[in-house]
Formats: sequence, C-alpha cells, structure tokens
Amino acid sequence: MSRLAVTGLWKGYGGEPVLRGVDLEVPAGSLTSVLGLSGCGKTTLLRVIAGFERAERGTIDLGGETLDDGRTYLAPERRSIGYVPQEGALFPHLTVEGNVGFGLTRAERRSSTVGELLEMVGISALAGRFPHELSGGEQQRVALARALARRPQALLLDEPFSALDATLRAHVREEVHSLLREQGVTTVLVTHDQEEALSLADSVAVLRDGQIVQQGTPAELYERPVDERLARFLGAVNVLDASFAGETAVTPLGRLALRGAATQEGSGLVMLRPEQLDVRAADGGENGGEGLGGRVELCRYYGHDALLHIRAEQPTGSELLLARVHGEGALPVGTRVLVRAHGPVTAID
Amino acid sequence: MSSNAASASADSVGERLAHGWSGRRRWPLVSVAGAAVATAGVLVPVAFLIVQAQDSGWGTLRRLLLRHSTAVLLWNSVRLTVACTLLCAVLGVGAAWLVERSDVPLRRLLSVLLVLPLGIPDFVTGFGWVSIDPALHGYLAAVMIMTLSLYPLVYLPVAGAMRNLDAGLHEVARSLGDSPARAFVRVTLRQVWPAVLGGCLLVTLGLLAEYGAFEIVQYQTFTVQIFTEFKLGFDAAAACGLSLVLVLLSIAALGGELALSGRGRAFRTGPGAGRPAGRIRLGRRRWPALAALAALCGLALGVPLGSLVYWMTRGSSSTLPSTSILAAAGHTAEYGAAAAAIATVLAVPICMLSLRHRNRLTILIERVAYLPMALPGLVVALGLVAFSVRYALSLYQSALELILAYAILFLPLAVVGVRSAMAQASPALEEVGRSLGSGPAEVFRRITLPLIAPGLGAAFALVFISSSTELTATLLLRPTGVNTLATQFWTYTTNFSYGAAAPYAGLMVLISAIPAYLLSRRAIAPAGRSRS
Repeated sequence: MSRLAVTGLWKGYGGEPVLRGVDLEVPAGSLTSVLGLSGCGKTTLLRVIAGFERAERGTIDLGGETLDDGRTYLAPERRSIGYVPQEGALFPHLTVEGNVGFGLTRAERRSSTVGELLEMVGISALAGRFPHELSGGEQQRVALARALARRPQALLLDEPFSALDATLRAHVREEVHSLLREQGVTTVLVTHDQEEALSLADSVAVLRDGQIVQQGTPAELYERPVDERLARFLGAVNVLDASFAGETAVTPLGRLALRGAATQEGSGLVMLRPEQLDVRAADGGENGGEGLGGRVELCRYYGHDALLHIRAEQPTGSELLLARVHGEGALPVGTRVLVRAHGPVTAID
Repeated sequence: MSSNAASASADSVGERLAHGWSGRRRWPLVSVAGAAVATAGVLVPVAFLIVQAQDSGWGTLRRLLLRHSTAVLLWNSVRLTVACTLLCAVLGVGAAWLVERSDVPLRRLLSVLLVLPLGIPDFVTGFGWVSIDPALHGYLAAVMIMTLSLYPLVYLPVAGAMRNLDAGLHEVARSLGDSPARAFVRVTLRQVWPAVLGGCLLVTLGLLAEYGAFEIVQYQTFTVQIFTEFKLGFDAAAACGLSLVLVLLSIAALGGELALSGRGRAFRTGPGAGRPAGRIRLGRRRWPALAALAALCGLALGVPLGSLVYWMTRGSSSTLPSTSILAAAGHTAEYGAAAAAIATVLAVPICMLSLRHRNRLTILIERVAYLPMALPGLVVALGLVAFSVRYALSLYQSALELILAYAILFLPLAVVGVRSAMAQASPALEEVGRSLGSGPAEVFRRITLPLIAPGLGAAFALVFISSSTELTATLLLRPTGVNTLATQFWTYTTNFSYGAAAPYAGLMVLISAIPAYLLSRRAIAPAGRSRS
C-alpha cells in the first residue's frame, strides 16, 4: 500500500493548458474519486499519472518514488500502477485467461495465479472465452482482474461503470467496491457521476477547469462546498438570504446554527439541502402554525421520495424553495404549506 | 475542448521532439526511420526524372514538348481517358444499382462475376480480343478493351456504398413527392457520389499508366510513346521529359477528383446508420436487365477467358514450353514476394505514425506514400533507372532494382491494407499493455502485431498479386536474360505466338483471380466481422 501524491501538476495540449496546477492526495489504501464534468481534465490527469503523457510541471509521487517531475520520467511499464480504461479495452485477440495473465511472467502464468484472480472477480467459468463473448459487466471484471494481477501499488479507474446500463451499473459498482476494500489497494476513480463519487469514495476531489477546487470526505463536500457552483453540482440546494449573529444565521426560515462553529457578522447567503426542509400542509383555519407559508408549485415524484418546488409568501433569496419529502409526503400542486428548516446551514460567498 | 484525445495524439510527436528522444522512446524512432526510408523511396524516382529531363537542357525539352506529335499524344490520351472514364462510370453505377438495389435475378452470382475482370491484367484482355479478331485496333478498340477491363474499379466501391444506403432517405424523398427516378438522382446518386468519383479516379490513373493493352491495339498514348522513346530510341532525356507531362496529367486527375468530391464528402452517413434499404421491383424489365448484365460479363470475362482457353487447347498440340514457364513462374513469385515483404514492412511505420502520432508532418508522410498511385509504373521505372545510372550502377538491371520498383509502385496498396487494420486496433490497448509492464517493443510484438496481422496479410497479398501481373516496369527493369510470366507472355504475344503465350496469361489470371473473387465475397458478406 502506497500513498499517491500529485503536486502542482501542469499539462496542456498545443499550448492550451488542460491541467493548471493540480494537487491531489490519495492516502494509502484509500479510494479517492476525482469528480468533474466532461472536458475538465479528469482523463488527462489519469493519463499523466499512468505515464501515457508526460507532466509539463509538477510532481507525481507514489510510495516515496518520484514518477514524474517534469525532468525525470518513468515509463508506464516501470510504474507500479494498474489502469482500467473506460470501455475495459480487453485485448480482442486473447482469451479471458490471456488477458488477465498478460502482465505476469511465464512462470506466474503457468501457476495458479490467473485462476485465483478469476475466482476473485467471480468469472472462473469464463477463462477460455474471448472478450466479444462477454457481457459488459464481465468485461469490466476481466479488466479489473488484469489490472490487479501484478499487485500494483495504485489502481486507476477511468469511468469504469459508465458503459454499463443502469441496473447492471449499481450491481458491478458494489462488487468492485467491496473487492477494492478487500485488496486495500490505493485507488483513483475518475467519474462525472456525483452519486457514484459520493457513495463509493473515502475522499472526493472535484476537478474544475484543470484545478482541484476542493478535496474532502463525501460528507464534507456535500455539506460544506467551497462555493455555490460546487454546491449545485453535488445536488439540489436552497440558497437563502441571512444575517449573521455569532454562531447562528437568521433566515426567512428562522434562526439556524452555522456549520463548523464559524462566527460571522453582517449579512450574506447560506445554503441548505432540500432534505433539511420540513413541509406540512397548512390546515384550513389554523394560522398559528410555525413556519414560512408557501404554495406547492411543482411536485417531482421519485417513488422513494419526492421533491417539492414551493413558492414562498415572503422573499427568501431563492425564487423557489426545494424540499425533499418522503414518497408518501408528496403534496398536490397548489397546496398551501408551512416550511420549516432543521440542522445547521453553511455560509457561502 | 472536447477533442482532447485527438489533440493529445496530435501533439505527442512535437512534444517528444521538445523533450528530446530519450532511450525509452525507442519505438517512435524506429517508426520515423522506416517512414523516412519509404518516403525517400517514393520521392527518388520523381526527383531523378526531373534531374534526367533537365540534363538535356530546357531548350531541347521545350522543342520536344511543343512539337506536333506531342500534341497528338496529348489529344489521344485525353479523349481516350474521358471516353473510358465516362463509360466505366455509367456501366459501374448501372450494374451496381441493378445488383444491389433491384430484384434482378441471379444477383449473387452476378456480384461475383462483375468483379472478376479485375483479376485479368489489361494486356491479357487486349490479347484476348485481338487474338480472335486481328482487325481490332485504334481508338474504338482501345476504348472498348479498357472499359471492359476497368469498369469494376467503379462497380466495386459504388456497390459497397449502395449496400450500406439508408432506406429512410430514399423513402423520405418519395414521401416528399419524388418519383423513383428522381429520388435515385437526388438522393441515391448523391449519397454514393464519393464512391463514383473515387472509382473514376482509379480508372483515369489506370488509363494513364497503361502500356501493354494500347501497344496491342496499336493506339499511341503518352505511356506508349515514352516506352518507345526509351526502349527503342534510347532517348532517356526525351522519355523523362514526356514522363513529367504524364505525372502532371495524373496530378490533374487527382485534383479533379478532389475538387468534384468537395461537396459530396459531406453526404457520407455515419457507419451503421439506418436500416438496409429494400429492393426495387423491376417487374417484367428484370429479364432485359439480366440480359444486359450477362452481356457485360460475357464481354469482359467470357471473351478474354474463352480466347485464352482456345489458344491453350490449340497450343497443347504444339510444343508446350513447360520448363521455361516454371522458371518464369519462379521468378515472378520470388520478385513478387520480396516486393510484398518490403512494402508491407514499410507500410507499418507509416501507419503507426499517421494513426498514433497524428500531426501535419505524419499526415504528409502518409500522403506521400499514396503518391505512387498517381505514378505510372513506367515513370517509377525510368526514375529508378536515372538514379541507378548516376549513383548505383550495380543496381541497374538487377533483380533488386525491379523488386524496389514493385515495392514503391504498390506501397499505396500495402498502406491501405495495414491502415484499416491498425485503425481498428485501439491505442488504448497498447496503453493498457504498457501499464501491465511491457515496454514499447514488447507491446508491439504482443498486442499490435497480432491485431494487425490480418491487415499485414492482405497488404502482402495485394502487393504480391499486383507485382505478379505488372508488365511495363518489368519490361524496363528485368535483369538481362530473366523472364517473368508477364514478360514471357509479352514476348510470345508480340511474335504472334498466341498458343505459346496463352498458358502464361492463364497462370497470371489464376494468381490474381483468387483475390478478386475473395474481394467480391467480402463485399457480399454482411458488415461487422467477428474477431480477427
């Protein structure tokens, strides 16, 4: 197990910088996810770490060994890094066995190693098949076994589940996750799917315009994103006007605690997630209920839950409030509701 | 921004140059060296053509080019080229439409028979016709024989394009009020237009390069005149001067195709789009259509083959030169295999560079490799003679020089074969190989080579076959006293020993008919082959 560290990495194509000083820290044995929109430089970052491209500036360090610092450069075959590209990229001229054993020595190939690897990913029965005879999920498993065969110090996964259809994706994702846990291999997983990043990774790094804008645990990112753009990228969000008083913020939804024991003065904006809003229908005559009055304008029903779009009766800073409620709590459009909030809020710039 | 992958590979050569060639980057260095050798090989003949022509002085050259007989040659070449190309276009498109889009009977058989004339060398077709009717000569004979020999060059790509047509487009045109004929012109023809033009270009280049068939029907074109000047007049400078005009004509044909197809290219649809088009019912007109196609096959295939069989059976009563045919076949195979090996090996680095390290320089290298398509065999041979006479006299009229000429001449075929295979082998596979601990050379051996092996085989076969039936350059360059199948056939034919000539032609037809047959079969087979 080794720690992977990328510091100040620059890389561009034809004078156009793609990576502008990327800093990424992947603790030994962890699964770190690099999350970003397409074109943000995710794949370039992986390719430089793997050694398919050379860094222009900055250093890449794996387990104390410098892989690339702009001057010295270690060829991909001399780095102890496994790589699983997007579509798996299985060698079409080799069987499953041949693919998995590709990186092994002749002696290792003859030993039980390949069989153990196939068993590990649960495809022992497919050893003699060719890649075109496998399903998408099976191909991903072969690609993973092939990358792990040489016991690499680090593993790079480039959108490994994006080629799979939705039902299969969740299943394969779970399997791969528990497998990587068992192996304890330092892993970088690149994805554009925030749900995938948040649910799988120990640590998520968000790459935007060639820079890591924030790295932290999934909860840290979700609850305390560095800016509004990132907050919206990770999920639906309410932004409210607030005036600060010590460790609390006074908002149209009442007085709420500020997250992270931050003390602020003056006025500004706070964010809170839709699941932090409590919504109930206002009973006809009873006006004394607590909360901000509003009317349901749209109800998106997802089964397990529902997202209500509520137009508040007083200005809040957002045109519509978003509230996530249980599926059975879905309310018809036009219902008058009272909205309250719970939990701490995060001040944003 | 979204084209990162493309620009990534585009930049890597420049980037490597900037970083210096480190020891770990050995493979591109090998590629660059190989591509440099191939490029030099293609450019040397042209360069020495110019040098040799210049030798005689521009004044002499001007007199030579401006004399009346040159104008006659130009007129002869142009009117033949225009007539033949148009006829080939009409026959090729018509036949392709009938076989691929209508319900004409026997179309599976026809789709094979219509391609097979490609397997008969043009001068053998000429021999076939003239040997049964010695009165055939001049312009009309030349037009007929060359059209019958070359129309498959249009038929084959157009049939392929029509097979992949999306039914939807034709149906939409019909639903917008077009009659079937109008929809054919406005939609179908527009879609296959690039294929028509590409085929016509090949026909034009073939006509400009042809020597044997025109000599047989006694029709004077540039190529025939150049050959005569050099071989009989021993006037190398005049031959080279006229060759330069020939090269210019070929370049004009290339430019013409480029200009005409500029708009057409935008009409190509993506692969696998839409569903296959249904066939158009001809009704009672099926039978005249079938008769027309059968007549075409009969003239293009039946007459030359029938005449060969006739002369072979007649010739067997006289003495059959069995030992010399074995020797000639041996030489043909030996030269063809050597040339095929060289061309295939040189095509690999060219394709590696242009596909894996795409930038302006490597694209230019690939274009140069296609240049011999526009160079008649005679021109390459003359250029090599001019070069060897000056710098490598030992090369002159050696087997090696002939092999090199074949390799240069048919390098484009090798590049086409290797390129399509390499384009299908994803670079991601090579990268995965690197990340699994294999160096560049090992990745090439264990991943790239097995993946492109079928392409290498195709490239080798294409060059071998083309070399085996090449006549013009062979007549100029063959080592003294050595005969190949083509030259021995030629010697007998020019002596009117048709019976003795026929077995040689028969053997050449056998050699090249097999791949022509396979070509037509592959064209029939549904797209999407399984693994290599």
